[in-house]
Amino acid sequence: MYSYPDSNGHFGPFGGRYVAETLMPSLEELAEAYREAQNDPTFQQDFEYHLQQYVGRPSPLYYARRLSDHLGGARIYLKREDLNHTGAHKVNNTVGQALLARRMGKKRVIAETGAGQHGVATATVAALFGMECEVFMGTEDMRRQSLNVFRMKLLGAKVTGVTSGTATLKDAMNEAIRHWVTRVRDTFYIIGTVAGPHPYPAMVRDFQSVIGRETRTQILQAEGRLPDYAVACIGGGSNAIGLFHPFLGDESVRLLGVEAAGLGVDSGKHAASIGAGRVGVLHGNKTYLLQDEHGQIQHAHSISAGLDYPGVGPEHAHLHEIGRAEYQAITDAEALDAFQVLTKLEGIIPALESAHAIAQVMKLAPTLRRDQLVVVCLSGRGDKDIHTVAEAMGVELN
Amino acid sequence: MGRIQATFEQLKQRGETALIPFITAGDPDLTTTEKLIHTLVENGADLIELGFPFSDPMADGPTIQIASERALESGTTLPKILDMVARVREHTNVPIVLMGYYNPLFSYGPERFAVDAAAAGVDGLLLVDLPAEEAGEVRCYLQQVGICLIQLLAPTTPPQRMQRLVADAEGFVYFVSMTGVTGASQIDAAAIEQQVRDLRQLSPVPVAVGFGIASPADAVAVSCFADAVVVGSALVKVVAAYGTSPELVARVGAFVRSLKEGLR
Repeated sequence: MYSYPDSNGHFGPFGGRYVAETLMPSLEELAEAYREAQNDPTFQQDFEYHLQQYVGRPSPLYYARRLSDHLGGARIYLKREDLNHTGAHKVNNTVGQALLARRMGKKRVIAETGAGQHGVATATVAALFGMECEVFMGTEDMRRQSLNVFRMKLLGAKVTGVTSGTATLKDAMNEAIRHWVTRVRDTFYIIGTVAGPHPYPAMVRDFQSVIGRETRTQILQAEGRLPDYAVACIGGGSNAIGLFHPFLGDESVRLLGVEAAGLGVDSGKHAASIGAGRVGVLHGNKTYLLQDEHGQIQHAHSISAGLDYPGVGPEHAHLHEIGRAEYQAITDAEALDAFQVLTKLEGIIPALESAHAIAQVMKLAPTLRRDQLVVVCLSGRGDKDIHTVAEAMGVELN
Repeated sequence: MGRIQATFEQLKQRGETALIPFITAGDPDLTTTEKLIHTLVENGADLIELGFPFSDPMADGPTIQIASERALESGTTLPKILDMVARVREHTNVPIVLMGYYNPLFSYGPERFAVDAAAAGVDGLLLVDLPAEEAGEVRCYLQQVGICLIQLLAPTTPPQRMQRLVADAEGFVYFVSMTGVTGASQIDAAAIEQQVRDLRQLSPVPVAVGFGIASPADAVAVSCFADAVVVGSALVKVVAAYGTSPELVARVGAFVRSLKEGLR
């Protein structure tokens, strides 16, 4: 029976709480408040109500007939997280954490964001619950995702630019943590992925597990059996954990996580922490990290801002170590190709993050029998990436 | 008796409060750091806190963030810092506490680090992001070689937790004067006085106070109720301002002397 993490937040040798002493009491308090909320039916009902009525769940599990025919193997199902309110899976988690913040009497929330999806999802729930919201974002990312910056501002959030380090997601998270240390007494930090100190990896996983629970029910309804493969992209890994977790006990279901290989894992410009990183400690947890021989964190690279992070959630590190999930990596070029294939064959424009998962399925499916089942998490929609894709294709937009 | 304990006992006999200056090793380069350590000692430093740089210093404000960047740019690594400490140790008995984030040390290997650091003459280790709950994996190796793992305590640490943490304290405990990052704002000595006095009742080892102590007046205010004062960002600013200038040593020396004057 899989029962990770332990009471201190360890997934085997990974996870834990590697933070300054100033934050330890707040993490204890958060873990306790979350434990109580988990056991409180009214909290769970409230969460489910918002997922249904506000997010628009359950999201469809769509049989991609033309993609399946095109690839010649497997029946491929897309879990349509792109159809959620705000356009990605991120909102499942921000609704959960905002409800918890409200329950704890915190009226102020902060978040870090890379591409801006988690920032938008946080600003959205802050608007919904009438909370003050501040989002930390690298100035380089603000430039690349100016639309999301404006969106957050419209939603009433303050967007604080971060210029330190590489001015991307990793630095935004550093700055959010610095801010949290300063305002820890009145501020709730909504972390966007299954990383950070305990209880975040477990809590975010639980909120995102609605993806896998629905998928399980839906595939049983559609096919009368469990899938052979469940596939999802991994930056920090929240949509992947959400999909995988309800299948962990089903040994016949192979779990496939897809990291970003960027320009190629051998190029040094990638974000494949499990594939090419070493174990270390960053942002409150022990996990696989991109780092040099002296333990300095290296820059990640991916065409997809949401995967552009030099670490990975500790539970993925654990699932890799025990062999329950497999991890592979897809390059920028392969993801761009998959982006176009899915768009043309199914009329669905995926986020570049999700296109990594699709690209992996495009490699996998031709090796499978026609009756084998593959579910893939389409974690977000691609509108935000149109400019990036156009640039990569050499098309100039105004 | 270790150098840290011996130093605090001598200070107690003289009725002095310890001055612990912090500088980042390798800022602007390790040769300068070596010179600066001697300057600090000559001008009244009782212990030295030596920061080892990390790419992602999450508990530090801009001053020490940028100092870490300068140190990394100059090629500073833990092995080179230990070599430098070994050279310094040939000339001085001042206790040296290395301070930083866990990952560079984890990458080095805690067991190997303990052995090498002890051989170099390191007396204590302070890891900002290694709370007591996770410290077991490092502490066991440090204890074998007699290096103290310095415990941090914060204004947010509840009394019961404080009691539990100081029970295992080694060398001294470091009380963080405010919720925030290093160098964030000026210390409000009156606001923490009672908490520090309570802590000293509990603690089997001396209590140092740091964060926000920027001037001789701040140091004097804190010295009324603490065993030691730590001055970091304010000193790192002097290093930043004079960098490679020939004035650096004199400026750092004068600043440290002015800090120590009120503590005697």
